[in-house]
Amino acid sequence: MGHLATGKLCLMTETPITRAAAATPPTVARKIKGLSDRAIAWTFVGPTIFLLLAINIFPLIWTINLSFTNFRANRLNREVEYVGFRNYERILTDSDIWLNMQATAHFLFWTIVLQVLIGFTLAYLINKKFKGNDLWTTIIVLPMMLSPAVVGNFWKFLYQPQIGLFNYIVAFFTGKDPSSFEMLGSVDLAPWSIVIVDTWMWTPFVMLICLAGLRSIPDYIYEAAEVDRASKLRQFFTITIPMILPFLMLAVLFRGIENFKMFDLVVQLTGGGPGSTTELTSINLKREAFEKWRTGYASAYAIILFVTVFGLASIYVKALNKVKER
Amino acid sequence: MSSFSVTEPSKRSKWFAGSLVILYALITMIPLAWIMLTGFKSPADAISYPPKVFFEPTLEGYVNLFTTRTRQTDEFLAANPPETWYEEIVRQYDMVIAGPSKFGERFLNSVIIGFGSTFLSIFLGTLAAYAFSRFKIPLADDLLFFILSTRMMPPIAVAIPIFLMYRQLGLSDTHLGMILLYTAVNISLAVWLLKGFIDEIPREYEEAALIDGYTRFQAFYKVVLPQAATGIASTAIFCLIFAWNEYAFAVLLTSGTAQTAPPFIPTIIGVGGLDWPAVAAGATIFLLPVMIFTVALRKHLLRGITFGAVRK
Repeated sequence: MGHLATGKLCLMTETPITRAAAATPPTVARKIKGLSDRAIAWTFVGPTIFLLLAINIFPLIWTINLSFTNFRANRLNREVEYVGFRNYERILTDSDIWLNMQATAHFLFWTIVLQVLIGFTLAYLINKKFKGNDLWTTIIVLPMMLSPAVVGNFWKFLYQPQIGLFNYIVAFFTGKDPSSFEMLGSVDLAPWSIVIVDTWMWTPFVMLICLAGLRSIPDYIYEAAEVDRASKLRQFFTITIPMILPFLMLAVLFRGIENFKMFDLVVQLTGGGPGSTTELTSINLKREAFEKWRTGYASAYAIILFVTVFGLASIYVKALNKVKER
Repeated sequence: MSSFSVTEPSKRSKWFAGSLVILYALITMIPLAWIMLTGFKSPADAISYPPKVFFEPTLEGYVNLFTTRTRQTDEFLAANPPETWYEEIVRQYDMVIAGPSKFGERFLNSVIIGFGSTFLSIFLGTLAAYAFSRFKIPLADDLLFFILSTRMMPPIAVAIPIFLMYRQLGLSDTHLGMILLYTAVNISLAVWLLKGFIDEIPREYEEAALIDGYTRFQAFYKVVLPQAATGIASTAIFCLIFAWNEYAFAVLLTSGTAQTAPPFIPTIIGVGGLDWPAVAAGATIFLLPVMIFTVALRKHLLRGITFGAVRK
């Protein structure tokens, strides 16, 4: 913040210089006035970098350090011992954690598949530019703007076996008894209940990115294809799909990262249950860190998760750039 | 669209596309409409089977949301007749209002932390975005990627050391602590979005201003800032919405003074479990501002979402 203050100070005192500068040629003027471009660049970027270092990077390094200890945040007086890679070993050989990873993979895979399919279809339809399409687009976007925790909590109400609206509607269309199935209570259905809510909430995001992609395709390409008498279907597969692919991949990247971190929506909906069928890695991590207070162990877990996301995302971005270059 | 064009969809396909999209939109609205309806139901109507679409509306949920109540003896109730309409609602259950609930406070916390962190992220983010857009910064791409990569960390992973750090610094459960934390999370998005908006402003404007004798600072705030105003505004809305909706940090790092509404609303307990009408009332009050915002500012917002994600 100190840098910023000097920047402002120089701003107030520079009026006489400005007046003098008006008489000098611009190239000279630029050199003598105020701070150099380089100094300004660092004053402008500095505070942001500082904040990120203090609240993101320093904690990350601390977490790495803690991950090699047996520290417990609820027992401060206990002596902290360095245990080497023991936490990592225990996590990677723990079969329960692999179950959580599987739950996360199921959630990731199906939310991405459904959101890409529905999102792309919606974008394609909206791009037909029917009357009032922007208002309807906004209405579709509403769920993703809302608080996942508050909405997730309310979906719990919709999923109630006897009184819930979701069960009632499903029962109405399938003829089943609305109290015969429990979306949140049954081991088979609970993983799907979180997929449904996440898809409801985040399909609009994929839709918007696809829409931007579709709108970026210039009309003349289709016009040229029309002149060449390419069929609509052919145009769709040789123009629309290839041109929208980078956008779709980007949407998948964003949703993938977000859903790998998923916490608020699911913790409110199922709390990880029944058993641990919907206990995604983030929820499991929260249990270890803030309920069992195994801080060292949880730190190692956090690092493993971070490295996984970061590694997968980097590989993915490389692939994305290759697609873009084509 | 009066002239004929081969890329203009036919009337029939427009009609078909329109009706499918509207159908989807209506289905997607059902849960939100249900939240708002439930807020006006009595507890008995809320849990009736089959679910009731038509019912006698009552403000019970809202009264329960804003008050705490206690049961009283018959003699006390007979001696003190209800004075206000909300007392009267509570009396049908032989209860009296004991005082205000925590909801007002939690809502105010959401407002303070939301606006505070948005202001800070926009202030710092605009400066950084301008520098990244206009100056040659060594390793700029790496720095930008670093800034973005901080978003890849699961909030819980960050929360462990933050929890310990804040405990040492006395920042846990304070407004300042939450504002700084949300700013740190938001700033990466802000820098990326704003860089996109500032990149779009032609450099020639500033160069002309510099030749006219403006300093870099003057060129920045007299030429670039006004041009970037819409971009800044839509970025601000995103930051505000994030801070408004955030749950994971709030539930782990705050418990009293600085707790925001999202961790509070799901804990509203009535007689025998969650008080669904009160929960729905709280959710409505909390969600409605965002919904109105989104519809009112749709042009800038929709552009903003894709702008951040899609840059060439």
